[in-house]
Amino acid sequence: MQKTPALTESKGKPYKTNKWKLLKSNYPLLLMFLPVFLYYVVFRYTPLLGALIISVKKYQPALGIFRSKWAGLEYFDQFINSVFFWRLIRNTLAINMFQLVLGFTAPIILALLLNEVGSSKFKKLVQSVTYLPNFISSVVVVGIVIVFLSPSTGLVNSIIARFGAEKINFMTEPNYFWIIYTLMVIWQTTGYSAIIYLAALTGISPELYEASKIDGAGRWKQLWHITLPGISSTIVILLLMRLGNLLEVGYESIILLYNPSIYSTADVISTYVYRRGILNGDYSFASAVGFFQSVIGLVLIITANKIAKKYTETSLW
Amino acid sequence: MGKIMKETKGRILFQYINYTILIICMIVALYPVLYVLAASLSSYAFLAQGKVGIIPMGFNLEAYKRVLAYPMIGRSYLNTIFYTVSGTTISLLLSIFGAYPLSRRYFPGKNFLTKVVVVAMLFSAGMIPTFLVVRSLGLYNTVWAILLPTAISSFNLVILKTFFEQIPYEMEESAALDGCNHLQTLFIIILPLAVPGLVTIGLFYAVSQWNSYFPAMLYLRDRELVPIQIILRDIVIQNQTNDLAIDLAKGADQVSESIKYATIMVATIPIMCVYPFVQKYFIKGVMIGSVKG
Repeated sequence: MQKTPALTESKGKPYKTNKWKLLKSNYPLLLMFLPVFLYYVVFRYTPLLGALIISVKKYQPALGIFRSKWAGLEYFDQFINSVFFWRLIRNTLAINMFQLVLGFTAPIILALLLNEVGSSKFKKLVQSVTYLPNFISSVVVVGIVIVFLSPSTGLVNSIIARFGAEKINFMTEPNYFWIIYTLMVIWQTTGYSAIIYLAALTGISPELYEASKIDGAGRWKQLWHITLPGISSTIVILLLMRLGNLLEVGYESIILLYNPSIYSTADVISTYVYRRGILNGDYSFASAVGFFQSVIGLVLIITANKIAKKYTETSLW
Repeated sequence: MGKIMKETKGRILFQYINYTILIICMIVALYPVLYVLAASLSSYAFLAQGKVGIIPMGFNLEAYKRVLAYPMIGRSYLNTIFYTVSGTTISLLLSIFGAYPLSRRYFPGKNFLTKVVVVAMLFSAGMIPTFLVVRSLGLYNTVWAILLPTAISSFNLVILKTFFEQIPYEMEESAALDGCNHLQTLFIIILPLAVPGLVTIGLFYAVSQWNSYFPAMLYLRDRELVPIQIILRDIVIQNQTNDLAIDLAKGADQVSESIKYATIMVATIPIMCVYPFVQKYFIKGVMIGSVKG
């Protein structure tokens, strides 16, 4: 029987003998990890590096990456000076702002309300029912939105008509897109996000509440001094991640939801990348736009993290 | 004494309001789904008048008959089942192969490789470069384009790693003393103990594969290969009901509304049926993921 040295070494200091021996005894684990490593290299890190190269080259599929000509920063310049630039930035930021104000607070409120429920059966029921929309495909969700808002037979318009008002063609009216999209995302994700906050709420020690009761604190005081501080780190972390994604919007559902007549409010950076890159085949230009988006996202998340570190005790790293 | 009475009264009032709000939340979450179900079973006359609520009016199965008679629905349904089953299998295997070594404290390169996984969670490469990589590997318009690029979710891998870490180290030690090698330890000792974790992430993978349409839209040209979500998009969002019922010279318009609803139901029913039984795993998965993330 051959004992693996690493296994006989239990708790305590890290293993200190020959590194080669450690490698040798663990080669089955390394071998096991190999396909996973390859997956990350091929499908995650190669595209990451590829994005950098393609966006500074005039990439032509027939020539391949290496034989295509250099473009330098031409495509970045083209994008920043294009007529669509400010429209795309404005739409992307506006949709994110809507989501931040409405979408970010909704799950916190739901979690706080759920936390006050005494009956654990009812609590679980609400949790699983509100979580359900998260498992409905984006095609179906968008489909439901479209049929609900349809001017001829849609539910919303038949309610409007019942009140004697004029029917609205929501899907061709640019003014409604931001709020429609935001409400759709809230419907999809609130139950899911509430569970994250509930997980944090269950981590608050009940002794804190007991002690505050003895001190005569009411429910509101408990909320302000125990409950909210208890989940503040979760709030900060989720907020940081949101800020890092300020230039990203869930394009999978926007591509389904929008149409050319509402591009003026519905077109965001990612959907533009999709149209230019996949539909028009302007790979280098689209990669440059995507790369621009990632760099800004990186800058935002680093800045937000620094600010969070300075003013709160929580940060992503 | 009086003060305490007042607080309990306020408390009771609060609870009434609280329960009402939560019940409204549930109605809002469920209503669209119930409405679609009712509408798919209703006749067009009632739909057009906006009289359908969550109870079917003028009950009939005409829309379902038409949807199920459409050959592309059956074909794409089988494709979706294939993608879900094989995709989940590949994803689970790769996640085990990734999570198990990372959960062992003596695994050489553990810190670096954990970073490889986590950094990929924070930075995604973007649509175009990924598309080009997939195409240059010759995966374009093959089933592998659906199965491989999204095979591992770093989030799920980290959840599974947490499950593995919770298994007492002594279990593994005694297995080693009994002469088990790494693979035997994993398959005989560790995996049976990690079943809840495997079920949790397996379900996450299965649902996201079942629901996914975007990779299919990017990578598949062949209609024979597309999953149900693509057909659903064509019918419900792009209004391509014309190839659904060619024989239906007139009145196509009337049935088409309910056909949309019926198609949505056909694609969503499996999830609705499974959800009540598995939702506790989903909730547990999010809780673990959120604590870790």
